[in-house]
Amino acid sequence: MTAKSIPAGVTAVVRAFFWLPRSARAGVLILVVLVIVTLLAPLIAPHDPNAIDPTRVLAGPDLGHPFGADALGRDVFSRTVYALRTSLAIVFASVAVASLAALPLGTAAGYFGGWVDQVISRPLDMLLVLPALLLAITLIAIVGPGSIVAALAIALIYLPILARVQRAASLVVAHAGFVEGGRARGWSSFAVLRRHVVPNALGPLLVQAAILAGFAVQIEASLSFLGLGTQPPTPSLGLMLSEGRDVLTQAPWVEIFPGLAIAVIVLAFNLLGDGLRHRLDPQGMVS
Amino acid sequence: MTALLDVRGLVVTFPAPGSGLRRKRVHALSGVDLTLGRGHTHGLVGESGSGKSTLARCVLGLQRPDDGSVLFDGTEIVGLRGSALRDIRRRIQPVFQDPLGSLDPRWTVGRSVRESLDAYGVGSPPDRERRVRELLDLVGLSPDHADRHPVQLSGGQRQRVGIAAALASGPDLIVADEPVSALDVSVQAQILNLMARLQRDLGVAFLFVSHDLSVVEHVSDEVSVMYLGKIVETADRADLFANPVHPYTRALLDAVPIPEPDARLVHVPLSGDIPSPIDPPSGCRFHPRCPLRVDSCSRERPALTPVGTLNSADHTPHLVACPVVLPARP
Amino acid sequence: MLQIDDVRVRIPVKGGRWVEAVGGVTLAVGSGEIVGLVGESGCGKSTLGGAVMGLLPSGSQLSGQVLLDGRDLRGLTAEEYRQVRGNDIALVSQDPSASLDPTFAVGAQVAEAIRNHRDISRRAAREQAVELLRAVGIPDPAARYSDPPHRFSGGMKQRVVIAAALANDPSVLIADEPTTALDVTIQAQILHLLRDLTVRTGTGVLLITHDLGVVAQVCDRIAVMYAGQVVEQGTVRDVFADPLHPYTRALLDSQPAAHHRSGDLPVILGQVPDLTHPPAGCRFAARCARVHDRCTTAPPVVETQGGGRVACWLHDALPPVAQEVS
Ligand SMILES: Nc1ncnc2c1ncn2[C@@H]1O[C@H](COP(=O)(O)OP(=O)(O)OP(=O)(O)O)[C@@H](O)[C@H]1O
Ligand SMILES: Nc1ncnc2c1ncn2[C@@H]1O[C@H](COP(=O)(O)OP(=O)(O)OP(=O)(O)O)[C@@H](O)[C@H]1O
Ligand code: SF4
Ligand SMILES: [Mg+2]
Ligand SMILES: [Mg+2]
Repeated sequence: MTAKSIPAGVTAVVRAFFWLPRSARAGVLILVVLVIVTLLAPLIAPHDPNAIDPTRVLAGPDLGHPFGADALGRDVFSRTVYALRTSLAIVFASVAVASLAALPLGTAAGYFGGWVDQVISRPLDMLLVLPALLLAITLIAIVGPGSIVAALAIALIYLPILARVQRAASLVVAHAGFVEGGRARGWSSFAVLRRHVVPNALGPLLVQAAILAGFAVQIEASLSFLGLGTQPPTPSLGLMLSEGRDVLTQAPWVEIFPGLAIAVIVLAFNLLGDGLRHRLDPQGMVS
Repeated sequence: MTALLDVRGLVVTFPAPGSGLRRKRVHALSGVDLTLGRGHTHGLVGESGSGKSTLARCVLGLQRPDDGSVLFDGTEIVGLRGSALRDIRRRIQPVFQDPLGSLDPRWTVGRSVRESLDAYGVGSPPDRERRVRELLDLVGLSPDHADRHPVQLSGGQRQRVGIAAALASGPDLIVADEPVSALDVSVQAQILNLMARLQRDLGVAFLFVSHDLSVVEHVSDEVSVMYLGKIVETADRADLFANPVHPYTRALLDAVPIPEPDARLVHVPLSGDIPSPIDPPSGCRFHPRCPLRVDSCSRERPALTPVGTLNSADHTPHLVACPVVLPARP
Repeated sequence: MLQIDDVRVRIPVKGGRWVEAVGGVTLAVGSGEIVGLVGESGCGKSTLGGAVMGLLPSGSQLSGQVLLDGRDLRGLTAEEYRQVRGNDIALVSQDPSASLDPTFAVGAQVAEAIRNHRDISRRAAREQAVELLRAVGIPDPAARYSDPPHRFSGGMKQRVVIAAALANDPSVLIADEPTTALDVTIQAQILHLLRDLTVRTGTGVLLITHDLGVVAQVCDRIAVMYAGQVVEQGTVRDVFADPLHPYTRALLDSQPAAHHRSGDLPVILGQVPDLTHPPAGCRFAARCARVHDRCTTAPPVVETQGGGRVACWLHDALPPVAQEVS
């Protein structure tokens, strides 16, 4: 089976890539490059990201240290590369967790409706009206700060949003003729969900997840900024940003490069999200 | 001979919007009886929102009634679950109104037609492919349509696919809810001709819901007329169209637009507010709009009663739920 | 009032090809007039409606003019078009489920249609919405106001869409098969409502339908489309009494009402031409009973005695139409 399915999977990925509009392809390429960078971080980073060098405090960029050094003399380039790793991991983990939870919850709420919907949607709606950061801070206050908790906090913020999107999409599909048809043709409700509802309702969730992933970097940054996310000395983009702010006037490079990295991630996810929306939304009207 | 389908006293209500314990209910079906013989077509017409689709869904086992029974070939469908329900569903298949919405846009035509074969694990995969091609041929499509997606077909072709998919499991009964409403006259004629041919060749029975009375007259053996959750008249096709008895049936037949410019719309055939299924009128549900009503109409619920002498053994009795018009016919 | 002048619409399809869904249509809908638009499935009726509404599939190309009270709608910005839509021109779309949001109460959707264009309170909008729902024959509209669309029957959803379209007394209404899911008594009620609207507010209606009975009942004029083009138009009386185009004749003959229970229903033989490659010459030629050698070139559009038009070589003795449309 594997012998055949691997090439099939590869062609599917390639086809999906070229199915996207050009701008979204650029977004995907940026993300792929960033992921490769984080995977190869030990090879790419010229220095130990946490190695303190009192001789190089706030040293400016040079050939060996293209992004300069921070207040502890650590190499900003190496730290940015490792920070990218932490931040992207948090982004992917949080969005993946939120999506994986939102998928069954939203689908069940939209498809079954009635009390199932009530039981699922009411608590999620309550989550939705709470201010996002307050929610995250509360969770962190209970569990304690750290990267994993930050990821979970972001996932908790995203869960109601994604679940609502998935609920609406499933609601549309649930009343399509082919869904009832599937049951009448002899499939169980669960099989119909798997065969018809989920594949047809997945588009909006993907779009929303891509767009939210862009914001996740920023939430991660805010949490770290407040000291509630990734804990030093582990580098994360948000943490670096907060460290850089203190020395912004003397050594702007400490702030600029992680800031740029965040901007690039946000841009890449937005390009991807917009492209997906463009392709998945048939309502693209006007002449 | 037992009937293929025998619906008795079917009641379906839905919760009306709002909340609270004493929430009102929408009375979609309020005691419906209907019989359908093997290989026959029973036409179902009636006011929009009168419960035709709800009745169709009960017969398909997609809607659980509050009360009443649906006997299919002697088996009670109401309350069936699991494999028993699956077994019976194989013999009762739907064809829907919207030919696009009833096919999964992501699936090829072949996969949609194969859906029930896959569900019941009929034959080997190559057998199923062969069967799909036979079915496509049966409904007048070519084998290479199997690889197309619904958007690549015309409305008429899509409806043919819907019929092929319904035929795949070899049903005895097809429940067709407005199968030709979305099609233009010429394509509609092709589909109706196809259904008539399938009935001749395969002996499939149809429960046929439609708003188009000329279509119903063309295809049906028997016809029932619904109004607000009840059947108000049932008769043999010819009998019903020649001698409509119930005031609502008459209003309905009178309202059919005739394609002649001299037949301009002058008045609305039925006046008065359309009554609500949340608070159905007392007595005869048609009484607030009925031109023939008498005092007792708002008090006594009329039951379906045989009319006239047309009532012979091989004939469907002509039943009407209106005591006022009954004495008028000997 | 609404003037469609030589409108062409091309829609991109796979493989870099184009479907010419509308191939040069000239048609006018006057104030207070109901014009019936009929024709086989896929001949471009809905696309023509979309062209007027500024709602075409993305990537479509539109040429020609769409004039509303002399103003060319094609020059509008997206925001200006949004203002015009639902206010000056309204659409009852063919697929009611697709134009209703499945997650919102039906009543709220009608109220929103009102509030989008008028500055009135939520309460007032709600009351008006209830009245509109009553007018289109939704029983007990106040009680059903907060039902989501899937709790409504097919015909009830269709009536909700009609209510939303009528919300702002549009000056032009495009009604795309507005009564297909309705029984004939409610259909009569809706048609009555439309005619009442034309009389009361001077609304012009383009009524797309495949029911010639409906055309006969309420329309003033009829336009018959085939494969993206209007092949015949004129007053309902003239066209029904003496259809000049062979396609119009075939269409009138294939009404099921004319052939009760007598075996198979008549069908127009052959297939609609593939609009990715519209045939040169008369587009109906391949299926026409009276085709002859001249039909390989496009027939002239000529003016009939009753002031209508027909595009067919059988009638080329009639005078060609003047360039300007009334
Ligand atoms: N899921 C549901 N929840 C609540 N009410 C429902 C539901 N389904 C149907 N109804 C109500 O039941 C009544 C009958 O609906 P049904 O769809 O059976 O009518 P119909 O005769 O098929 O009408 P149409 O000709 O317009 O399709 C309507 O008042 C409808 O609003
Ligand atoms: N989004 C689209 N992409 C590609 N082709 C399209 C699209 N929309 C419409 N078409 C094509 O344009 C032509 C005209 O379609 P349109 O929907 O306007 O027909 P219609 O006359 O309204 O038909 P019906 O009576 O079935 O509603 C058809 O050939 C159709 O296949
Ligand atoms: S019972 Fe009375 S109200 Fe009902 S249909 Fe007969 S005459 Fe009319
Ligand atoms: Mg229905
Ligand atoms: Mg259309």
